[in-house]
Amino acid sequence: MAETRFMTINMGPQHPATHGVLRLVLELDGEVVVNVTPHLGHLHRGVEKLAESKTYHQVIPLTDRLDYTNAMGNNLAYVLAVEKLLGIEVPRRAQYLRVMMTELQRIAAHLIWLGTHALDIGAMTLLLYNFREREEILNIFEAVAGGRLTPTYLRIGGVSKDLPEGIEGKIREFVQAFPGHLKEYETLLTENVIWLKRTKGVGFISKEDAINWGVTGPTLRGSGVKWDVRKAFPYSSYDEFDFDIPIGLNGDVYDRYLVRLRELEWSNSIARQALERLPKGPIIAGDPKVALPEKEMVLQDIASLIRHFKIVSEGFQAPVGEVYASVEASKGELGFYIVSDGSNHPFRMRIRPPSFLNLGALHKMIVGGLIADVISAIGSIDIVLGEIDR
Amino acid sequence: MIVRLQEKFPASVLEVATFREEVTVTVPKEDIFEICKFLCSDPDLRFEFLTDLCGVDFFPRTPRFEVVYLLYSMKNNQRLRLKTRVGENESVSSVESIWKAANWLEREAYDLFGISFANHPDLRRILLWDGYEGHPLRKDFPVEGPDFDKPFNPEA
Repeated sequence: MAETRFMTINMGPQHPATHGVLRLVLELDGEVVVNVTPHLGHLHRGVEKLAESKTYHQVIPLTDRLDYTNAMGNNLAYVLAVEKLLGIEVPRRAQYLRVMMTELQRIAAHLIWLGTHALDIGAMTLLLYNFREREEILNIFEAVAGGRLTPTYLRIGGVSKDLPEGIEGKIREFVQAFPGHLKEYETLLTENVIWLKRTKGVGFISKEDAINWGVTGPTLRGSGVKWDVRKAFPYSSYDEFDFDIPIGLNGDVYDRYLVRLRELEWSNSIARQALERLPKGPIIAGDPKVALPEKEMVLQDIASLIRHFKIVSEGFQAPVGEVYASVEASKGELGFYIVSDGSNHPFRMRIRPPSFLNLGALHKMIVGGLIADVISAIGSIDIVLGEIDR
Repeated sequence: MIVRLQEKFPASVLEVATFREEVTVTVPKEDIFEICKFLCSDPDLRFEFLTDLCGVDFFPRTPRFEVVYLLYSMKNNQRLRLKTRVGENESVSSVESIWKAANWLEREAYDLFGISFANHPDLRRILLWDGYEGHPLRKDFPVEGPDFDKPFNPEA
């Protein structure tokens, strides 16, 4: 009588297809995956603990480093939570600038996903194309905020700087050229036979399972759930923009791919709308206790210098209470839950990481499938370990 | 929504607070499972999405922990925050059988706070390694770590 025996294989933490330091222990029956145990935490830096000893302003740079492909979106989720706690209004120009930057960031994040996902499956050319366009976005960020990967552009109450001269033309050039580039990507993949064979019917998750496992973002929409934080709880004047939420039908890797491609199109369109209708006015709230004064003023005026010093050194006292604010980050719903005890730093800051919950559903996607499809499934949920491990 | 909850569990709604239009309901830990089950399966409420679950440490208050559940209903586009108080050596019933999402979230609360969840199928540490001592998000755990001032000794 033949003996059935399962083979245990270790994948990661240093494996190119796990997109960071994720370790999976796979149990195999031949080539079929019987069980998977993910081991997380290789990139745990204790951001939630660290935030408890920092002032509200000092936490912003920490958020850049969560999902480092989506720094603007992380900034936005955090500042929205603090603004909600304080109950302050953000000027409309700042809101539009935030929308424009987070949508450009979403394009950049999706481009990384597309390039690396395609590379994992064997289509190498795409990565080079994707990084060409991403470079343009990072150049825009560098001109606007001074930083590329971790721009720390947003401030509580607004944004750090207004647009520099001439950048609007650069952004316009980008949003006009991008739909053409998107066609290039589609030509390479959407009807490519190898791509279809590696992605269609692979990594399936049903609508009900996706909801039950707390999956959000393009991974949820790929399963046919029309839900997006930007539509459900519009923040930062998203209700003034014209856009649709693309959804998939089958809940497989291919549908998640299509959903993200359509999202790229819509993000580009939102960024263009924000640029065209950019209102004039201040870029940060007028509340002198919270908002930092402009750098120019700090160098010229003693009152602004004192105000700047006070806010930077001791911060501000937030009211006692607890708030939750979330945004549609490139990976899904990114939320910040802040408990305040009335002091100048968060009493507890909880990050609701979309990648963490999406990765939780990986088990559902790959058990019963082939080991080669594990690569496609991981690529399709688009995880970033900086956010999972925090 | 609150009215329905109060009708169904008259003795369990300890406190209802609203801050910045967010509703928080505090319930006793003995009833958390039944209440969650009701909120998830009730045809009018349908809180079938567990957005988040986390712990908060209020040391030195007793009971020191709060477990916070953030529920979301796609049907009504409504959020609800549930809270329950748990002491240091007590356990709270796991909601993993209602929402699978709770599996990892409860493991994380166990890992970082040491809150134990009864009937959880696989309650192990998730972010820190097995054999790690202490729970970092507790208020009496130093930010720089417990062994910050000790010399590094890879043999130990």
